[in-house]
Amino acid sequence: MKPFTRDWLRRNLFSDAFSSVTTLALLAAALWWLPGLIDWLLLQAVFRPDAAACEAANHAGACWGVVAEKYRVILFGRYPYEEQWRPLLATVLLLLAILAGGMRLLPRNALLAAWALALPGFLLLMGGGGFGLSPVGSDLWGGLPLTLLLATLGMLLALPLALLVALGRQSSLPLLRGLCTLYVELVRGVPLISVLFLASFLFPIILPQGTSIDVLLRVQGGIVLFAAAYLSETIRGGLQGVPAGQRDAAAALGLGRWQAMRWIILPQALRAVVPSMMNSAVSIFKDTSLVTVVSMYELTGALSLALAGDAEWRSYHLEGYLFIGLTYWIGCYAMSRFSRGLEQAASMSRAMP
Amino acid sequence: MKTIQLVALLFLLHLAPAHAGKTLDQVRQRAQLACGVSTGVIGFSSADSQGRWNGFDVDLCRAIAAAVLNDATKVKYVPLNAQQRFTALQSGEVDLLSRNTTWTLTRDASLGLHFTAVTYYDGQGFLVPKRLKITSAKQLKNAEICVQSGTTTEKNLGDWFKAQGIKIKPVVFEKFEASIKAFFSGRCQAYTTDASALAFIRSKEAPKPDDYVVLPDLISKEPLGPVVRRGDDEWFAIVKWVVFALIEAEEYGITQANVEQMKANTDPAIQRLLGSAEDSGKLLGLERDWAARAIKAVGNYGEMFQRNVGSASPLKLPRGLNALWSKGGIMYAPPVR
Repeated sequence: MKPFTRDWLRRNLFSDAFSSVTTLALLAAALWWLPGLIDWLLLQAVFRPDAAACEAANHAGACWGVVAEKYRVILFGRYPYEEQWRPLLATVLLLLAILAGGMRLLPRNALLAAWALALPGFLLLMGGGGFGLSPVGSDLWGGLPLTLLLATLGMLLALPLALLVALGRQSSLPLLRGLCTLYVELVRGVPLISVLFLASFLFPIILPQGTSIDVLLRVQGGIVLFAAAYLSETIRGGLQGVPAGQRDAAAALGLGRWQAMRWIILPQALRAVVPSMMNSAVSIFKDTSLVTVVSMYELTGALSLALAGDAEWRSYHLEGYLFIGLTYWIGCYAMSRFSRGLEQAASMSRAMP
Repeated sequence: MKTIQLVALLFLLHLAPAHAGKTLDQVRQRAQLACGVSTGVIGFSSADSQGRWNGFDVDLCRAIAAAVLNDATKVKYVPLNAQQRFTALQSGEVDLLSRNTTWTLTRDASLGLHFTAVTYYDGQGFLVPKRLKITSAKQLKNAEICVQSGTTTEKNLGDWFKAQGIKIKPVVFEKFEASIKAFFSGRCQAYTTDASALAFIRSKEAPKPDDYVVLPDLISKEPLGPVVRRGDDEWFAIVKWVVFALIEAEEYGITQANVEQMKANTDPAIQRLLGSAEDSGKLLGLERDWAARAIKAVGNYGEMFQRNVGSASPLKLPRGLNALWSKGGIMYAPPVR
């Protein structure tokens, strides 16, 4: 932290006429807006789940009571009320695994083991059907655990697929190259929402009578295919950014094609595209909110479910959206911190080979 | 080999009749009724803070579950939005759609569905700011009108003003909250939706209710009712007759509270309805006390109305057209005999 001195002020805020004016303008704006904002957010806000108090406040202050009243429906959607400790535990489990990976708390093998436990553990807790847990159909999963599952699995499964497609597009086999290009162009050419619609509505109609694939599986598959198309282009960019000399040098060292790819090309290519891969991850995380259109009630969907039909609480949508907006922001911010950690680690390993 | 399988599969797909099946057997087998409801319409279907569903449409699901499974709680509610409701029914995801859905020719004839009976007669109306001094929908010339997409509301709006030779500009929103927020922030000069919702929107969502008026014009007929898949006439009959039984119960003064005593009533019509003399359930493939169970679960039609949308509810809607035919309305059920 720098000392707060006149010198610092001059250097950072009033270095020339333009920055002085900007500083003053921003300060004035803050003074203009902040009191009202704080007044609405905190001072006049109603925190108790008390509909009458909220109505009395008449939107002069935020009605956080709506979150206090409805948080279980918002966080867990249609999951059976008495069983909601299970999605809670499952969410915590998955978050711990994500944190362990993101903050590099565990060595690689332990991390793999943790994930190998966390994912099946998550699915078992949510779905039940064993260990004395009553079965809960995946159509009843909702809220935060669903958002997390769709985003996490979406990324985890899309990454290897994207890698294969990116390599395929560089292949010397015209058929393979053509297929990979076709896939990328086809999927990238349609909006995610139509991929979801296809997965959710068209698929069951073209399936033979009596067979059905779980809707969550179909939607997850759609998200993976969609994310992989974007990621593969990112990775291909990274691959092309690796200078040709590296390949030649690897060949001169006697490394085979795949060895060179594994040890020389890919590490450099992937390192270079960490920020844009994280960009995709953030956008997938937020895009999961689109599954509402196919009757899966993740965070945003669960919020409408909680409020739309409720005569007492319906008019406090804004507070509800702010609440889940905060949830999304925390997730995205954590992801960008993770990305910065990765970049720093990568630059360190470059400095010390 | 793969190709042959694929061809065989396509062939089978063409042969198989579209989702014909014994819905009743399936419902009994899984001991649960899958009921499609709306994602939240005050008074008709909504989930409370504990995820329990209630409302007028929801009560109908419960009545049918009670008649068929003898347990009104054995219902799985599947909240569906306007766009996906029919697909969910066609694909067999739900056994029944009880989701304030308007009965129209196109829907009835082209979607592979059957509308069973009318449970609520609604109509489309307008909400306008008082300061515009509009007293009739015909004065909305060149007005921008906020409307929600994917419903008959949107189409009615276009049709009616076209017939009147008046130009309007519809402003379409996907989400209900977005549409009313837009209207109350002045984006449109009028808001249109079913009359059952307008009064409540005015009293509860408007910044100042007195600044807005509901116009007297109704521009459409909106008969709402439960829908089933085609190809299962038995199930179609069951849903239809549970609705009729609830209406008939009101006619005969059978209520949730007195249904047990009424079984001993000497009126043959009541005896038939409640299964105490003749077995009216056998013809439907149900037990003889099917109607009594439904009434016990949700009350008669009038009770269902008052509790969810009528005077005992936040909506406070008058019975209007939905009063019994004998009391000035048009709610009329064929006789159970």
